[in-house]
Amino acid sequence: MHAVPVLLTVGAPPSAGLLLSALLLATWPALAAAEEGERASAGAAPASYADVSSPAGAVAELAETPSIDGVDAGSADIAAAPADSDRGADGAEALVAETGTADSADAPVEETGASDSANAPVAETGTADGGDAPVAEASAGDSAAALATEVAAADSADALGTQNSETDNAAALAEVAAETDADAGLNPPGAEDAPEQPASLETAIAGLAERSFKVKQQAADDIAASGDERAADLLKALLNGDLYYRKDDKRIVFAEKSAAGLALTDALTGESLGEVGSRDAAKITVNNLMRNSLRTDIATLTLASPDPNVRLSAALEMVGTDDADTLAALRAQRSEESDGRVADAIDLAVAIAELKSEDAAVRLAAVESLRGSLYPAARNALGGLLASETDAGVLAAAEGVLADIESRVQTYKIAETVFFGLSLGSVLVLAAIGLAITFGVMGVINMAHGELIMIGAYTTYLVQLAMPNWIDYSLLVAIPAAFIVSGLFGIAIERTVIRFLYGRPLETLLATFGISLILQQLVRTTISAQNVIVENPSWMSGSLQINPALSLTYNRLYIVVFALMVFVALLLILKRTALGLQVRAVSQNRAMAQAMGVRSARVDALTFGLGAGIAGVAGVALSQLTNVGPNMGQAYIIDSFMVVVFGGVGNLWGTLVGGLTLGIANKFMEPWTGAVLAKILVLVFIILFIQKRPRGLFPQRGRAAEG
Amino acid sequence: MGLLTSMRGDTGGQIMLAVLAVVAVVVPILNLAVPESSPWHLSTYTVTLLGKYLTYALLAVAVDLVWGYLGILSLGHGAFFALGGYAMGMYLMRQIGERGVYGDPVLPDFMVFLDWQQLPWFWHGFDMFWFAALMVVLVPGALAFVFGWLAFRSRVTGVYLSIITQALTYALMLAFFRNEMGFGGNNGLTDFKDILGFDLQSDATRIALFLASALALALGYIACRGIVTSRLGRVAVAIRDAEARTRFIGYRVDRVKVAIWTFSAMLAGIAGALYVPQVGIINPGEFSPLNSIELVIWVAIGGRATLYGAVVGAVVVNYGKTYFTGAFPEAWLFALGGLFVLVTLFLPQGIAGLLRMLRRRGGGTDGPKTASGEASA
Repeated sequence: MHAVPVLLTVGAPPSAGLLLSALLLATWPALAAAEEGERASAGAAPASYADVSSPAGAVAELAETPSIDGVDAGSADIAAAPADSDRGADGAEALVAETGTADSADAPVEETGASDSANAPVAETGTADGGDAPVAEASAGDSAAALATEVAAADSADALGTQNSETDNAAALAEVAAETDADAGLNPPGAEDAPEQPASLETAIAGLAERSFKVKQQAADDIAASGDERAADLLKALLNGDLYYRKDDKRIVFAEKSAAGLALTDALTGESLGEVGSRDAAKITVNNLMRNSLRTDIATLTLASPDPNVRLSAALEMVGTDDADTLAALRAQRSEESDGRVADAIDLAVAIAELKSEDAAVRLAAVESLRGSLYPAARNALGGLLASETDAGVLAAAEGVLADIESRVQTYKIAETVFFGLSLGSVLVLAAIGLAITFGVMGVINMAHGELIMIGAYTTYLVQLAMPNWIDYSLLVAIPAAFIVSGLFGIAIERTVIRFLYGRPLETLLATFGISLILQQLVRTTISAQNVIVENPSWMSGSLQINPALSLTYNRLYIVVFALMVFVALLLILKRTALGLQVRAVSQNRAMAQAMGVRSARVDALTFGLGAGIAGVAGVALSQLTNVGPNMGQAYIIDSFMVVVFGGVGNLWGTLVGGLTLGIANKFMEPWTGAVLAKILVLVFIILFIQKRPRGLFPQRGRAAEG
Repeated sequence: MGLLTSMRGDTGGQIMLAVLAVVAVVVPILNLAVPESSPWHLSTYTVTLLGKYLTYALLAVAVDLVWGYLGILSLGHGAFFALGGYAMGMYLMRQIGERGVYGDPVLPDFMVFLDWQQLPWFWHGFDMFWFAALMVVLVPGALAFVFGWLAFRSRVTGVYLSIITQALTYALMLAFFRNEMGFGGNNGLTDFKDILGFDLQSDATRIALFLASALALALGYIACRGIVTSRLGRVAVAIRDAEARTRFIGYRVDRVKVAIWTFSAMLAGIAGALYVPQVGIINPGEFSPLNSIELVIWVAIGGRATLYGAVVGAVVVNYGKTYFTGAFPEAWLFALGGLFVLVTLFLPQGIAGLLRMLRRRGGGTDGPKTASGEASA
């Protein structure tokens, strides 16, 4: 693949048409390099394989590194979190871009939500603990540029039945409305407080600009008491020394160090106020007394949030603290906590704090209360305790609890690997199941199968182009569309080429390989030689948090479910419909079927179309997991054949069991060997397996097996 | 086995060898003797290109031997080709010595780059040409023997065999992409300086390599002819046409298959070894299953079970590719794809079959008896 540059220096004579020579010489070995720019990267093949195993598109590049096991969608979410908060902090430019999406995405209200400050702590914590995607994606809307968005959001907030009493200026209204909307999207009850509270926050905050600590203390207490969503952030900023007031108008602002001095954002509206010299704004100072009360206030504020997710992340944030006030707030909240997960998190925080107690009995109780906790913090704290503990009883208990936790975590780890394996296996099954029909039932070695998958993926792309405002629903349209498009391609291929080649499987291999080249080039010339971007609907992102040690990402989950659905549908078609009966009849004994009145030519075309259509449907699924480009089909063709051959030709169940087995085996080997070696071992295993059982896991029996 | 006996009755092969001989004489003259200013001068670049085609042709002959006469459709012959190429590449790498970018007298550049302290065990001996030459044949041969011994004894045939050969080359490709394998990973082996002390860039060396390729092709062709016309070859054709029956008659089908299969792999290895010094690089891309399929296509287009057809197919397709990718890069895949489809549908005997048909229509009667039906194993 690097042949071109090398040949330029090595192969070509200096005299005769150097450039042309290099071009000409770049033939077979450099096929890719000469004709397909993007394949020139020599790692193309393994990389694209790795893509399969890691569902998150964002991780595609990372996936080239051997160990994919760490790179699951969970970590993709975490990776996305800083990006999102950046977006919030970046100000106008980023927000303009944001406005674009928000404008178009008017239907799903949650997506247009705006969290209020540049720090966007809610968004951050929401993501970090694997909370739902809409929260993570809601980025701060707080500049003039974003005004339009916010007004739009305000409309939807009205539609939700929220009343807004404040009307001084449009920006503020929009801001509050947007915020209430974000609130309402997450947690409708919270919206009820909105009408009466903002006023008190507006007045309370003014006191912060005063010199007297007493007044400031009062102001902070008022803010805490206001119950406003922004209160916690304000107090946090105050505590961290990020809250300033502008000297000329005493406006309370968030400040960040910048080149010119300080970059200011209005603390209430989030409006960007530009940069000022460091002398034009003054930090609002706090004394120790205030600090203590602020910590308590913040803890109580966030813990008292009506949204259990916010409470959960607040509690988790407090894990590891040994601040007495915070702990008191935690204990207070614990007594009235209704949500189990939050209660667990609070228990965890309290127990970890109590591990440091002077009293051995308290420590022992704390150790016991950590039993079974799957949070990494619990393990770390216990590990730390083992190193420092002096009391033998506590030590023994801690060892026991830790061992117990480790074994449970191990179990969940295995469960997670199985799940990863199932999702990889489902991808394999999806890719292979169309082939199980064309190859398994009809005996046609369809080398263009991968390209039919590619066509399905490109159909998804085109469908999304046609309905840019409805990305969330595009897949529902794309699935039947891809089935039809790929199916029609399949029928065309069968009618023009394959029907002349029945009974000559090796010839079909050559002809369909030719077709695959034509289809690739067709896509390259009509659409693009580059990979295209297929968007993931919002409901595909995020993950299902089963417990702190085990979370299942939605896209993997969906792919498993989808593969099973396709499988069942296909099985029903083959076993329960007239077409299925005819297909089986023709594949078993063509002449006899014809004698019984089956129009075998029509059945052939429909069968091939069915197999091709399923390949197209697989393409829709794969477009969500991997790069969509003219070469994507080639990445799957060998895997698909392996699955079909491993499972047993002509047997759908074999394909299912074969695909899932290979997927799980692959994932279990990966931690030991790395992704590429695991893949190689699987291939070698199949080669050896075929020696033992030449007809696969579930061999066909009877007359059909003689073919 | 005399050259004459094995070539008897093989008109196509005789013509092919004659053309090859003429080319082998004319090309060096046009390149070395004719001055560069003359329109008849053949550039060294073209010589290298022709040399490359000849190595492809040898590879195609190796494939035709197992596909045309034994009924084994190998979708992994590119692996043997690449292994031979790697063996030669390792020798050429060791020849670079201190002239590498890092100037390490023993370690090739990529190993220094990966911070390896010593040469992996399998790199030892490749500083000697005879050892490398031996490995060019032995490594592909050994792999083919083990693979064939396993596969043919278990009677894996037809499509299954094709697919596991494809898995074989795919697995090798993935393996060679790994840096840890010690074969240069993605980049493969390149930046060669000289072979047997001769500068690889010089015209004379290029001509020598070209002549070596021509000679290897001629010898390989005659050897394959020898096998095909021998008793072994007849058994092979019997296996191709009715494997079970041949077995029941009492022939050890698996042994015949392993023998011819291994020989074919060795031939592919030699082709690879001649290919690498001419193009100046070997990388894991050569293992790509696509390449292996493509070379099957050369054979199909040239005409299966004729041997000389494979030579014709390899040269024609590759020339077409060189031409098209230069002139109409967009159209090449359409042309190639269309060619596969059309040849399979309308020209099952390939170009050789077409020529035979034309000759018969012209009144010729002595067409060589080649396989008529397609063994649809």
